[in-house]
Amino acid sequence: MSLEKFGKVNFVSEGKVHNFISFLEDGKIAGTRCKKCRKLYFPPRADCESCFSDEMEWVTLSDKCKLITYTNVHFAPPRFRYDCPYLIALAQLEKGLRVFAPLSKKIKEEEIKIGMDLKLTVTKLIGDKIVYELRKP
Amino acid sequence: MRKVAIVGVGQTKFGRRSDASIREISFEAFKEAMEDAEITPKEIEASVVCAATHYDKQRSPAGVIAEYLGLNPKPTFTVEAICASSGAGLRTAWALISSGLHEIVAVVGFQKMTELKSNEVQEVMGRSGDVMWECPFGTTMPAYFAMYANAHMNKYGTTEEQLAKVAVKNHFYGAKNPKAMFQKPITLKEVLTSRMIASPLKRYDCCSNSDGAACMILASEEKARKITDTPVWVAGLGLGSSSMTLTNRELPLTSFGCAVEAAKQAYKMADVKPKDIDVAEVHDCFTITEIINYEDLGFCGKGEGGKLIEEEQTYVGGKIPVNVDGGLLAKGHPVGATGASQIRTIVQQLRGEAGETQVSGAKTGLAHNLGGIGMYCSVTILKV
Repeated sequence: MSLEKFGKVNFVSEGKVHNFISFLEDGKIAGTRCKKCRKLYFPPRADCESCFSDEMEWVTLSDKCKLITYTNVHFAPPRFRYDCPYLIALAQLEKGLRVFAPLSKKIKEEEIKIGMDLKLTVTKLIGDKIVYELRKP
Repeated sequence: MRKVAIVGVGQTKFGRRSDASIREISFEAFKEAMEDAEITPKEIEASVVCAATHYDKQRSPAGVIAEYLGLNPKPTFTVEAICASSGAGLRTAWALISSGLHEIVAVVGFQKMTELKSNEVQEVMGRSGDVMWECPFGTTMPAYFAMYANAHMNKYGTTEEQLAKVAVKNHFYGAKNPKAMFQKPITLKEVLTSRMIASPLKRYDCCSNSDGAACMILASEEKARKITDTPVWVAGLGLGSSSMTLTNRELPLTSFGCAVEAAKQAYKMADVKPKDIDVAEVHDCFTITEIINYEDLGFCGKGEGGKLIEEEQTYVGGKIPVNVDGGLLAKGHPVGATGASQIRTIVQQLRGEAGETQVSGAKTGLAHNLGGIGMYCSVTILKV
Protein backbone atom coordinates (compact mmCIF):
# COMPACT_ATOMS: atom_id res chain seq x y z
CA MET A 1 0.00 0.00 0.00
CA SER A 2 1.57 3.27 -1.00
CA LEU A 3 0.88 6.74 -2.30
CA GLU A 4 2.15 5.94 -5.79
CA LYS A 5 -1.40 5.25 -6.95
CA PHE A 6 -2.49 8.82 -6.16
CA GLY A 7 -2.96 11.35 -8.97
CA LYS A 8 -3.08 11.48 -12.74
CA VAL A 9 0.71 11.48 -12.52
CA ASN A 10 2.40 10.64 -9.23
CA PHE A 11 5.55 12.23 -7.78
CA VAL A 12 5.70 11.07 -4.14
CA SER A 13 5.24 7.37 -3.46
CA GLU A 14 6.22 7.10 0.18
CA GLY A 15 4.68 8.81 3.18
CA LYS A 16 3.26 8.08 6.62
CA VAL A 17 -0.29 8.88 5.47
CA HIS A 18 -0.35 6.09 2.85
CA ASN A 19 -3.57 4.68 4.35
CA PHE A 20 -5.26 7.57 2.56
CA ILE A 21 -5.21 5.33 -0.53
CA SER A 22 -7.21 2.53 1.17
CA PHE A 23 -9.94 5.05 2.01
CA LEU A 24 -9.96 6.24 -1.61
CA GLU A 25 -10.25 2.62 -2.76
CA ASP A 26 -13.37 2.34 -0.59
CA GLY A 27 -14.73 5.47 -2.27
CA LYS A 28 -14.08 7.63 0.80
CA ILE A 29 -12.15 10.86 1.28
CA ALA A 30 -10.39 10.96 4.62
CA GLY A 31 -8.48 13.54 6.59
CA THR A 32 -6.60 13.11 9.84
CA ARG A 33 -7.45 14.43 13.31
CA CYS A 34 -5.03 14.89 16.18
CA LYS A 35 -6.09 12.65 19.07
CA LYS A 36 -4.67 15.12 21.59
CA CYS A 37 -5.81 18.55 20.46
CA ARG A 38 -8.52 17.47 17.97
CA LYS A 39 -7.16 19.60 15.13
CA LEU A 40 -8.44 18.35 11.78
CA TYR A 41 -6.29 18.19 8.66
CA PHE A 42 -6.92 17.78 4.96
CA PRO A 43 -4.85 16.83 3.02
CA PRO A 44 -4.02 14.34 5.80
CA ARG A 45 -0.96 14.90 7.99
CA ALA A 46 0.93 12.41 10.15
CA ASP A 47 2.02 15.07 12.61
CA CYS A 48 0.10 17.79 14.41
CA GLU A 49 1.64 21.23 13.84
CA SER A 50 -0.20 22.62 16.89
CA CYS A 51 0.73 20.18 19.65
CA PHE A 52 3.51 18.09 18.03
CA SER A 53 1.57 14.87 18.60
CA ASP A 54 1.91 12.08 16.05
CA GLU A 55 -1.16 10.27 17.35
CA MET A 56 -3.65 10.87 14.57
CA GLU A 57 -6.92 9.20 13.63
CA TRP A 58 -8.56 8.98 10.24
CA VAL A 59 -11.81 10.90 9.72
CA THR A 60 -14.06 10.42 6.70
CA LEU A 61 -15.16 13.73 5.22
CA SER A 62 -18.44 14.78 3.66
CA ASP A 63 -18.31 15.02 -0.14
CA LYS A 64 -20.18 18.33 -0.16
CA CYS A 65 -18.16 21.35 -1.20
CA LYS A 66 -18.28 24.79 -2.83
CA LEU A 67 -16.04 26.19 -5.56
CA ILE A 68 -13.49 28.79 -4.37
CA THR A 69 -11.63 29.28 -7.65
CA TYR A 70 -10.55 27.45 -10.79
CA THR A 71 -8.72 27.67 -14.11
CA ASN A 72 -8.80 25.90 -17.44
CA VAL A 73 -5.27 24.72 -18.24
CA HIS A 74 -4.49 24.99 -21.97
CA PHE A 75 -0.72 24.64 -21.72
CA ALA A 76 0.25 21.68 -19.57
CA PRO A 77 3.40 19.94 -18.34
CA PRO A 78 4.55 17.22 -20.80
CA ARG A 79 2.95 14.24 -19.02
CA PHE A 80 -0.44 15.98 -18.78
CA ARG A 81 -0.69 17.16 -22.37
CA TYR A 82 -2.85 14.25 -23.49
CA ASP A 83 -5.62 15.64 -21.28
CA CYS A 84 -5.53 19.34 -22.36
CA PRO A 85 -7.44 21.52 -21.79
CA TYR A 86 -8.45 20.46 -18.27
CA LEU A 87 -10.01 22.29 -15.35
CA ILE A 88 -8.42 22.39 -11.90
CA ALA A 89 -9.97 24.01 -8.86
CA LEU A 90 -9.89 24.77 -5.18
CA ALA A 91 -13.04 23.95 -3.22
CA GLN A 92 -14.28 24.54 0.31
CA LEU A 93 -15.06 21.38 2.25
CA GLU A 94 -16.79 21.15 5.63
CA LYS A 95 -15.15 22.34 8.89
CA GLY A 96 -12.91 24.91 7.21
CA LEU A 97 -11.03 22.32 5.16
CA ARG A 98 -10.29 22.73 1.47
CA VAL A 99 -9.40 20.50 -1.44
CA PHE A 100 -7.36 21.06 -4.59
CA ALA A 101 -8.84 18.85 -7.30
CA PRO A 102 -9.67 18.57 -10.98
CA LEU A 103 -13.18 19.48 -12.12
CA SER A 104 -15.05 16.75 -13.93
CA LYS A 105 -14.81 16.78 -17.74
CA LYS A 106 -18.63 16.91 -17.71
CA ILE A 107 -18.52 20.48 -16.41
CA LYS A 108 -18.13 23.13 -19.11
CA GLU A 109 -16.06 26.22 -18.33
CA GLU A 110 -18.97 28.49 -19.29
CA GLU A 111 -21.24 27.02 -16.62
CA ILE A 112 -18.75 27.46 -13.79
CA LYS A 113 -19.62 29.96 -11.09
CA ILE A 114 -17.45 30.63 -8.05
CA GLY A 115 -19.49 29.60 -5.02
CA MET A 116 -21.33 26.82 -6.88
CA ASP A 117 -22.07 23.58 -5.04
CA LEU A 118 -19.91 20.60 -5.95
CA LYS A 119 -19.42 17.02 -4.89
CA LEU A 120 -15.99 15.51 -4.26
CA THR A 121 -15.98 12.09 -5.86
CA VAL A 122 -13.39 9.32 -5.95
CA THR A 123 -12.63 8.00 -9.39
CA LYS A 124 -10.29 5.29 -10.66
CA LEU A 125 -8.15 5.92 -13.71
CA ILE A 126 -6.56 3.57 -16.21
CA GLY A 127 -3.24 2.19 -14.96
CA ASP A 128 -4.23 1.57 -11.32
CA LYS A 129 -4.31 5.29 -10.53
CA ILE A 130 -6.87 6.74 -8.17
CA VAL A 131 -7.94 10.38 -7.81
CA TYR A 132 -10.79 12.54 -6.61
CA GLU A 133 -12.57 15.05 -8.79
CA LEU A 134 -15.20 17.73 -8.37
CA ARG A 135 -18.56 16.94 -9.91
CA LYS A 136 -21.98 18.58 -10.01
CA PRO A 137 -24.02 17.37 -7.03
CA MET B 1 23.12 46.87 13.72
CA ARG B 2 25.25 48.64 11.15
CA LYS B 3 23.80 50.50 8.18
CA VAL B 4 24.28 48.82 4.81
CA ALA B 5 24.37 50.44 1.36
CA ILE B 6 24.32 49.26 -2.22
CA VAL B 7 27.44 50.64 -3.90
CA GLY B 8 27.35 48.92 -7.28
CA VAL B 9 24.85 47.27 -9.62
CA GLY B 10 25.11 45.46 -12.94
CA GLN B 11 22.98 43.40 -15.29
CA THR B 12 23.30 41.46 -18.55
CA LYS B 13 20.80 41.81 -21.32
CA PHE B 14 17.92 39.44 -20.56
CA GLY B 15 16.69 37.03 -23.24
CA ARG B 16 17.95 33.93 -25.00
CA ARG B 17 21.68 33.67 -24.31
CA SER B 18 22.76 30.70 -26.42
CA ASP B 19 26.20 32.34 -26.71
CA ALA B 20 27.15 32.09 -23.02
CA SER B 21 27.31 29.74 -20.02
CA ILE B 22 26.04 30.49 -16.50
CA ARG B 23 29.53 31.47 -15.32
CA GLU B 24 29.93 33.84 -18.27
CA ILE B 25 26.60 35.64 -17.85
CA SER B 26 27.32 35.94 -14.13
CA PHE B 27 30.69 37.48 -14.96
CA GLU B 28 29.07 40.07 -17.26
CA ALA B 29 26.78 41.27 -14.46
CA PHE B 30 29.55 41.12 -11.84
CA LYS B 31 31.98 43.07 -14.03
CA GLU B 32 29.41 45.82 -14.63
CA ALA B 33 28.65 46.06 -10.89
CA MET B 34 32.34 46.17 -9.99
CA GLU B 35 32.99 48.88 -12.57
CA ASP B 36 30.00 50.75 -11.17
CA ALA B 37 31.41 50.49 -7.62
CA GLU B 38 34.98 51.05 -8.85
CA ILE B 39 36.43 48.38 -6.58
CA THR B 40 38.49 45.22 -7.22
CA PRO B 41 37.56 41.57 -6.56
CA LYS B 42 40.15 41.48 -3.74
CA GLU B 43 37.89 43.78 -1.71
CA ILE B 44 34.92 41.37 -1.88
CA GLU B 45 34.84 39.47 1.43
CA ALA B 46 32.04 37.03 0.53
CA SER B 47 29.73 36.20 -2.36
CA VAL B 48 26.11 35.07 -2.27
CA VAL B 49 25.05 33.30 -5.46
CA CYS B 50 21.30 33.26 -6.09
CA ALA B 51 19.51 30.86 -8.42
CA ALA B 52 16.73 28.34 -8.69
CA THR B 53 19.23 25.55 -9.09
CA HIS B 54 16.80 23.00 -10.52
CA TYR B 55 17.23 24.80 -13.87
CA ASP B 56 20.98 24.25 -13.88
CA LYS B 57 23.06 21.39 -15.20
CA GLN B 58 25.76 22.45 -12.73
CA ARG B 59 25.18 21.24 -9.21
CA SER B 60 25.90 23.86 -6.54
CA PRO B 61 26.56 26.78 -8.93
CA ALA B 62 28.29 29.02 -6.34
CA GLY B 63 31.33 26.75 -6.82
CA VAL B 64 31.92 27.53 -10.49
CA ILE B 65 30.70 31.11 -10.29
CA ALA B 66 32.91 32.18 -7.37
CA GLU B 67 35.85 30.56 -9.19
CA TYR B 68 35.12 32.30 -12.50
CA LEU B 69 34.60 35.64 -10.74
CA GLY B 70 37.98 35.26 -9.01
CA LEU B 71 36.48 35.25 -5.52
CA ASN B 72 38.21 32.20 -4.00
CA PRO B 73 39.13 31.56 -1.20
CA LYS B 74 36.53 33.91 0.34
CA PRO B 75 33.19 32.47 1.54
CA THR B 76 30.58 31.67 -1.11
CA PHE B 77 27.30 29.76 -1.13
CA THR B 78 24.04 29.50 -3.04
CA VAL B 79 20.74 30.95 -1.80
CA GLU B 80 17.52 29.62 -3.31
CA ALA B 81 13.98 30.92 -3.01
CA ILE B 82 12.96 30.27 -6.63
CA CYS B 83 11.95 33.60 -8.22
CA ALA B 84 12.80 35.44 -4.99
CA SER B 85 16.31 33.97 -4.77
CA SER B 86 18.16 37.26 -5.12
CA GLY B 87 15.72 39.03 -2.79
CA ALA B 88 16.63 36.40 -0.21
CA GLY B 89 20.30 36.79 -1.22
CA LEU B 90 20.15 40.53 -0.57
CA ARG B 91 18.75 39.86 2.90
CA THR B 92 21.56 37.36 3.54
CA ALA B 93 24.25 39.81 2.42
CA TRP B 94 22.66 42.58 4.49
CA ALA B 95 22.84 40.36 7.57
CA LEU B 96 26.46 39.38 6.88
CA ILE B 97 27.44 43.06 6.79
CA SER B 98 25.08 44.43 9.39
CA SER B 99 26.31 41.86 11.91
CA GLY B 100 29.89 43.03 11.44
CA LEU B 101 31.07 39.73 9.92
CA HIS B 102 31.97 41.26 6.54
CA GLU B 103 32.47 44.74 5.04
CA ILE B 104 31.73 44.18 1.34
CA VAL B 105 29.61 41.36 -0.13
CA ALA B 106 28.68 40.59 -3.76
CA VAL B 107 25.23 39.18 -4.52
CA VAL B 108 25.06 37.50 -7.93
CA GLY B 109 21.69 36.34 -9.24
CA PHE B 110 21.55 34.36 -12.45
CA GLN B 111 19.47 31.90 -14.43
CA LYS B 112 19.90 30.15 -17.71
CA MET B 113 16.46 28.68 -18.16
CA THR B 114 17.22 27.48 -21.65
CA GLU B 115 20.12 25.30 -20.52
CA LEU B 116 17.66 22.42 -20.13
CA LYS B 117 15.57 21.24 -23.08
CA SER B 118 12.12 22.84 -23.41
CA ASN B 119 10.30 19.68 -22.30
CA GLU B 120 12.63 19.28 -19.32
CA VAL B 121 11.96 22.89 -18.23
CA GLN B 122 8.23 22.34 -18.55
CA GLU B 123 8.49 19.17 -16.50
CA VAL B 124 10.36 21.10 -13.78
CA MET B 125 7.71 23.83 -13.90
CA GLY B 126 4.99 21.20 -13.51
CA ARG B 127 6.48 20.52 -10.08
CA SER B 128 6.16 24.14 -8.91
CA GLY B 129 3.38 23.38 -6.44
CA ASP B 130 3.14 20.77 -3.68
CA VAL B 131 4.25 17.56 -5.39
CA MET B 132 2.35 15.37 -2.94
CA TRP B 133 -1.14 16.87 -3.16
CA GLU B 134 -1.42 19.34 -6.07
CA CYS B 135 1.06 18.61 -8.87
CA PRO B 136 -0.49 15.14 -9.44
CA PHE B 137 -3.42 17.02 -11.04
CA GLY B 138 -1.34 18.88 -13.65
CA THR B 139 -0.55 22.24 -12.06
CA THR B 140 1.50 24.90 -13.83
CA MET B 141 2.84 28.30 -12.77
CA PRO B 142 0.26 30.17 -14.88
CA ALA B 143 -2.52 27.91 -13.55
CA TYR B 144 -1.88 28.92 -9.95
CA PHE B 145 -1.89 32.62 -10.75
CA ALA B 146 -4.91 32.15 -13.02
CA MET B 147 -6.77 30.79 -10.00
CA TYR B 148 -5.92 34.01 -8.15
CA ALA B 149 -7.08 35.99 -11.20
CA ASN B 150 -10.47 34.29 -11.30
CA ALA B 151 -10.90 34.81 -7.55
CA HIS B 152 -9.95 38.51 -7.83
CA MET B 153 -12.21 39.07 -10.84
CA ASN B 154 -15.08 37.37 -9.05
CA LYS B 155 -14.68 39.28 -5.79
CA TYR B 156 -13.79 42.73 -7.09
CA GLY B 157 -14.99 42.81 -10.68
CA THR B 158 -11.44 43.13 -12.02
CA THR B 159 -11.53 42.70 -15.81
CA GLU B 160 -9.40 40.98 -18.44
CA GLU B 161 -8.89 44.44 -20.00
CA GLN B 162 -7.43 45.72 -16.73
CA LEU B 163 -5.07 42.72 -16.61
CA ALA B 164 -4.10 43.41 -20.23
CA LYS B 165 -3.32 47.04 -19.42
CA VAL B 166 -0.54 45.88 -17.08
CA ALA B 167 1.09 44.06 -20.01
CA VAL B 168 0.67 47.12 -22.24
CA LYS B 169 2.32 49.39 -19.62
CA ASN B 170 5.22 47.05 -18.96
CA HIS B 171 5.92 46.49 -22.66
CA PHE B 172 5.73 50.28 -23.16
CA TYR B 173 8.61 50.61 -20.69
CA GLY B 174 10.39 47.47 -21.91
CA ALA B 175 10.70 49.24 -25.25
CA LYS B 176 12.81 51.88 -23.49
CA ASN B 177 15.09 49.39 -21.72
CA PRO B 178 18.05 48.20 -23.84
CA LYS B 179 18.49 45.24 -21.49
CA ALA B 180 14.91 43.98 -21.83
CA MET B 181 14.07 40.75 -23.65
CA PHE B 182 11.13 42.42 -25.46
CA GLN B 183 11.74 45.97 -26.64
CA LYS B 184 8.56 46.58 -28.57
CA PRO B 185 5.29 48.10 -27.35
CA ILE B 186 2.17 45.92 -27.62
CA THR B 187 -1.49 46.88 -27.96
CA LEU B 188 -4.42 46.01 -25.74
CA LYS B 189 -5.90 44.00 -28.61
CA GLU B 190 -2.70 41.97 -29.03
CA VAL B 191 -2.81 41.03 -25.35
CA LEU B 192 -6.51 40.17 -25.35
CA THR B 193 -6.30 38.05 -28.50
CA SER B 194 -3.11 36.19 -27.59
CA ARG B 195 -3.50 32.45 -27.07
CA MET B 196 -5.01 31.13 -23.86
CA ILE B 197 -2.50 29.61 -21.40
CA ALA B 198 -4.60 29.08 -18.25
CA SER B 199 -7.90 30.93 -18.25
CA PRO B 200 -8.17 33.91 -17.93
CA LEU B 201 -4.40 34.34 -18.47
CA LYS B 202 -3.28 34.60 -22.07
CA ARG B 203 0.19 34.56 -23.58
CA TYR B 204 0.86 38.26 -22.94
CA ASP B 205 -0.46 38.03 -19.37
CA CYS B 206 2.54 35.77 -18.68
CA CYS B 207 6.24 36.62 -18.39
CA SER B 208 8.78 34.65 -20.42
CA ASN B 209 11.48 32.24 -19.38
CA SER B 210 14.75 34.00 -19.96
CA ASP B 211 18.50 33.86 -19.50
CA GLY B 212 20.40 36.56 -17.67
CA ALA B 213 22.26 37.69 -14.58
CA ALA B 214 22.28 40.70 -12.28
CA CYS B 215 24.65 41.71 -9.49
CA MET B 216 24.58 43.96 -6.43
CA ILE B 217 27.59 45.01 -4.35
CA LEU B 218 26.72 45.76 -0.72
CA ALA B 219 28.96 47.53 1.78
CA SER B 220 29.01 48.69 5.39
CA GLU B 221 28.39 52.41 5.98
CA GLU B 222 32.07 53.06 6.63
CA LYS B 223 33.19 51.37 3.40
CA ALA B 224 30.24 52.71 1.38
CA ARG B 225 31.14 56.32 2.18
CA LYS B 226 34.70 55.68 0.97
CA ILE B 227 33.61 53.88 -2.20
CA THR B 228 30.93 56.24 -3.48
CA ASP B 229 29.37 59.68 -3.15
CA THR B 230 25.96 58.18 -3.88
CA PRO B 231 25.39 55.20 -1.58
CA VAL B 232 21.86 53.81 -1.78
CA TRP B 233 20.84 52.74 1.71
CA VAL B 234 18.98 49.55 2.52
CA ALA B 235 16.40 51.23 4.73
CA GLY B 236 13.93 48.39 5.17
CA LEU B 237 13.83 44.65 4.59
CA GLY B 238 11.00 42.18 4.84
CA LEU B 239 10.70 38.51 4.00
CA GLY B 240 7.50 36.55 4.40
CA SER B 241 6.26 33.05 3.65
CA SER B 242 2.94 31.45 2.79
CA SER B 243 1.89 27.81 2.58
CA MET B 244 2.94 25.98 -0.55
CA THR B 245 -0.47 24.36 -0.90
CA LEU B 246 -3.42 26.42 -2.04
CA THR B 247 -5.50 24.44 0.44
CA ASN B 248 -3.81 26.27 3.31
CA ARG B 249 -3.54 29.73 1.72
CA GLU B 250 -5.22 32.86 3.00
CA LEU B 251 -8.74 33.03 1.54
CA PRO B 252 -10.27 34.35 -0.66
CA LEU B 253 -7.10 34.04 -2.79
CA THR B 254 -7.03 37.70 -3.76
CA SER B 255 -3.85 38.60 -1.85
CA PHE B 256 -0.45 37.02 -1.13
CA GLY B 257 -0.02 36.65 2.63
CA CYS B 258 3.77 36.42 2.33
CA ALA B 259 3.82 39.81 0.53
CA VAL B 260 1.59 41.50 3.08
CA GLU B 261 3.88 40.21 5.83
CA ALA B 262 7.10 41.22 4.03
CA ALA B 263 5.70 44.70 3.28
CA LYS B 264 4.69 45.19 6.91
CA GLN B 265 8.20 44.32 8.09
CA ALA B 266 9.92 46.51 5.49
CA TYR B 267 7.70 49.59 6.02
CA LYS B 268 8.19 49.32 9.78
CA MET B 269 11.96 48.96 9.55
CA ALA B 270 12.28 51.85 7.09
CA ASP B 271 9.69 53.88 9.01
CA VAL B 272 7.87 54.85 5.83
CA LYS B 273 4.33 54.44 4.53
CA PRO B 274 3.18 53.27 1.08
CA LYS B 275 2.50 56.90 0.08
CA ASP B 276 6.18 57.73 0.71
CA ILE B 277 7.38 55.36 -2.06
CA ASP B 278 8.40 57.34 -5.16
CA VAL B 279 9.07 54.41 -7.50
CA ALA B 280 8.53 50.65 -7.22
CA GLU B 281 9.51 47.41 -8.85
CA VAL B 282 6.95 44.68 -8.21
CA HIS B 283 6.99 41.04 -9.23
CA ASP B 284 4.77 40.92 -12.33
CA CYS B 285 5.28 37.26 -13.24
CA PHE B 286 1.69 37.55 -14.49
CA THR B 287 -0.49 40.61 -15.03
CA ILE B 288 -2.81 39.63 -12.17
CA THR B 289 0.20 39.43 -9.85
CA GLU B 290 1.06 43.10 -10.46
CA ILE B 291 -2.54 44.12 -9.68
CA ILE B 292 -2.54 42.10 -6.44
CA ASN B 293 0.92 43.46 -5.56
CA TYR B 294 -0.40 47.06 -5.74
CA GLU B 295 -2.94 46.10 -3.08
CA ASP B 296 -0.59 44.00 -0.94
CA LEU B 297 1.91 46.88 -0.84
CA GLY B 298 -0.78 49.41 0.07
CA PHE B 299 -0.46 51.48 -3.13
CA CYS B 300 -4.26 51.27 -3.29
CA GLY B 301 -7.05 49.67 -1.28
CA LYS B 302 -8.07 46.01 -1.51
CA GLY B 303 -9.79 45.36 -4.81
CA GLU B 304 -8.68 48.67 -6.31
CA GLY B 305 -5.66 47.36 -8.21
CA GLY B 306 -7.58 47.06 -11.47
CA LYS B 307 -8.71 50.66 -11.20
CA LEU B 308 -5.15 51.84 -10.44
CA ILE B 309 -3.82 50.50 -13.77
CA GLU B 310 -7.02 51.55 -15.59
CA GLU B 311 -6.33 55.14 -14.51
CA GLU B 312 -2.66 54.79 -15.53
CA GLN B 313 -1.55 55.71 -12.01
CA THR B 314 1.41 53.32 -12.22
CA TYR B 315 2.99 55.06 -15.23
CA VAL B 316 5.71 57.71 -14.72
CA GLY B 317 3.78 60.84 -13.72
CA GLY B 318 1.09 58.77 -11.97
CA LYS B 319 0.50 58.25 -8.26
CA ILE B 320 3.13 55.50 -7.99
CA PRO B 321 5.25 54.52 -11.03
CA VAL B 322 5.67 50.71 -11.11
CA ASN B 323 7.97 48.56 -13.24
CA VAL B 324 9.18 51.41 -15.41
CA ASP B 325 12.00 49.14 -16.65
CA GLY B 326 9.50 46.77 -18.27
CA GLY B 327 9.02 44.45 -15.30
CA LEU B 328 9.22 40.69 -15.69
CA LEU B 329 6.61 40.82 -18.44
CA ALA B 330 8.83 42.73 -20.90
CA LYS B 331 12.31 42.34 -19.42
CA GLY B 332 12.01 38.56 -19.20
CA HIS B 333 12.27 36.54 -15.99
CA PRO B 334 15.58 34.72 -15.49
CA VAL B 335 14.34 33.50 -12.13
CA GLY B 336 17.45 33.88 -9.92
CA ALA B 337 18.41 37.23 -11.49
CA THR B 338 15.06 39.01 -11.22
CA GLY B 339 15.34 40.30 -7.64
CA ALA B 340 18.79 41.78 -8.29
CA SER B 341 17.60 43.33 -11.56
CA GLN B 342 14.74 45.03 -9.67
CA ILE B 343 17.23 46.45 -7.15
CA ARG B 344 19.45 47.67 -10.00
CA THR B 345 16.53 49.59 -11.46
CA ILE B 346 15.63 51.19 -8.12
CA VAL B 347 19.28 52.08 -7.44
CA GLN B 348 19.51 53.80 -10.85
CA GLN B 349 16.25 55.65 -10.19
CA LEU B 350 17.43 56.89 -6.77
CA ARG B 351 20.76 58.00 -8.20
CA GLY B 352 18.92 59.87 -10.98
CA GLU B 353 20.53 57.69 -13.65
CA ALA B 354 17.38 56.19 -15.20
CA GLY B 355 17.36 58.36 -18.33
CA GLU B 356 14.10 58.47 -20.25
CA THR B 357 12.14 56.64 -17.55
CA GLN B 358 13.52 58.66 -14.61
CA VAL B 359 10.95 59.46 -11.93
CA SER B 360 11.96 63.00 -11.06
CA GLY B 361 13.18 63.57 -7.52
CA ALA B 362 12.86 59.88 -6.51
CA LYS B 363 14.32 59.48 -3.01
CA THR B 364 12.61 56.33 -1.72
CA GLY B 365 12.12 53.18 -3.79
CA LEU B 366 10.71 49.72 -3.17
CA ALA B 367 11.38 46.30 -4.70
CA HIS B 368 8.91 43.43 -4.26
CA ASN B 369 10.17 39.98 -5.26
CA LEU B 370 7.75 37.02 -5.07
CA GLY B 371 8.96 33.42 -5.03
CA GLY B 372 7.39 30.48 -6.85
CA ILE B 373 3.63 30.27 -6.63
CA GLY B 374 3.64 32.82 -3.81
CA MET B 375 5.39 30.92 -1.01
CA TYR B 376 8.06 33.56 -0.45
CA CYS B 377 8.15 37.31 -0.77
CA SER B 378 10.97 39.76 -0.24
CA VAL B 379 10.26 43.50 0.05
CA THR B 380 13.18 45.92 0.14
CA ILE B 381 13.00 49.68 0.68
CA LEU B 382 15.93 51.75 -0.54
CA LYS B 383 16.68 55.39 0.21
CA VAL B 384 19.18 58.05 -0.78
